[in-house]
Amino acid sequence: MPITWPPKLLRSPAVRVGLSISVATGLYGVSFGALSVTSGLDFWQTMALSFLLFSGGSQFAFIGVVAGGGSGFAAMGAATLLGMRNGIYGMQLNVLLRPRGWRRYAAAQLTIDESTATSTGQSDPDEQHRGFWAAGIGILVLWNVFTAVGALAGGALGDPKQWGLDGAAVAAFLGLLWPRLKGREPVAIAVVCALATVLAVPFVPAGVPILIAAVVAAVIGWLSHGRQDEGLEPDIDPYAERHPGQHAGTGGAT
Amino acid sequence: MSLWVWLLLACLFAYAWKLVGYLLPASLLQNPRMSRMAGTMTIGLLASLTIVNTLASGQALVPDARLGALAAAAVALFLRAPFLVVVLAGAGAAALLRLGGWN
Repeated sequence: MPITWPPKLLRSPAVRVGLSISVATGLYGVSFGALSVTSGLDFWQTMALSFLLFSGGSQFAFIGVVAGGGSGFAAMGAATLLGMRNGIYGMQLNVLLRPRGWRRYAAAQLTIDESTATSTGQSDPDEQHRGFWAAGIGILVLWNVFTAVGALAGGALGDPKQWGLDGAAVAAFLGLLWPRLKGREPVAIAVVCALATVLAVPFVPAGVPILIAAVVAAVIGWLSHGRQDEGLEPDIDPYAERHPGQHAGTGGAT
Repeated sequence: MSLWVWLLLACLFAYAWKLVGYLLPASLLQNPRMSRMAGTMTIGLLASLTIVNTLASGQALVPDARLGALAAAAVALFLRAPFLVVVLAGAGAAALLRLGGWN
């Protein structure tokens, strides 16, 4: 990829989309940082998740299990299972961008919902490259900055329940789930997994109901034959405003 | 201390998933069933995490102010509010319900 600097770079539509999605996604790092420290993680554990794990859903899953009294193993399990979709994104991006050498290892770390969607939403190969790197690097930087802000603010709040931070966690998970509930089938999967969770909670240790729901979802995925990219929508769709009502997500572009 | 170990393992496995897509031949992962399972597991896990955070308190199911947070978040999402507003709506609802005496 040739290195070009502004103003030419800023004229690229993919870079503009990548930067705006960076701001939108980065800002909700505040929620993650605040919830993480009130879940019982310390500042550096919170930052390690945002920098090293760097995948919103998996990070929220990890702290969500810890907050509920689940074991470290269950937290790791939930985060790892939620990270599976990044492997599918990696495969798509490898075909699309063909990164070589060290760039491949850097691209892997930057492979998340939003960078994949920004890249696959472009049709020109150069724009696909620029979109991926602009969104990936932009989100990595802002997500970490705002995680730190949230972690410092959350630590200063005192009793998290008084501020409704457990309610904030509920809202955050629903917010991550919501964009993936397009159509009847994903809603049915969500309902079945929610029911499985409710039934399991009284009988197994904290954290395990989430893993049981993952197994239920995996079996549904194995047996059913719906849309191939179902559930692989990004948390924030970079092209939502340009194409209202139609997602530009993964696998749609050529 | 032991939380650090699980946390770093989670980071390692997260990177391993990401890298595996770049290193394995595409044909191996281009199995529609794999993509589909990644998608359904994402939906299932997020639904489960939502419900656990709403109702579970250890091994008990406790209906409390968090139900109000769930409802407020759903309304905010229905009105297409941005993520941060959704989170604030959830926190605000739970905090207000507690102020009003509902735990």
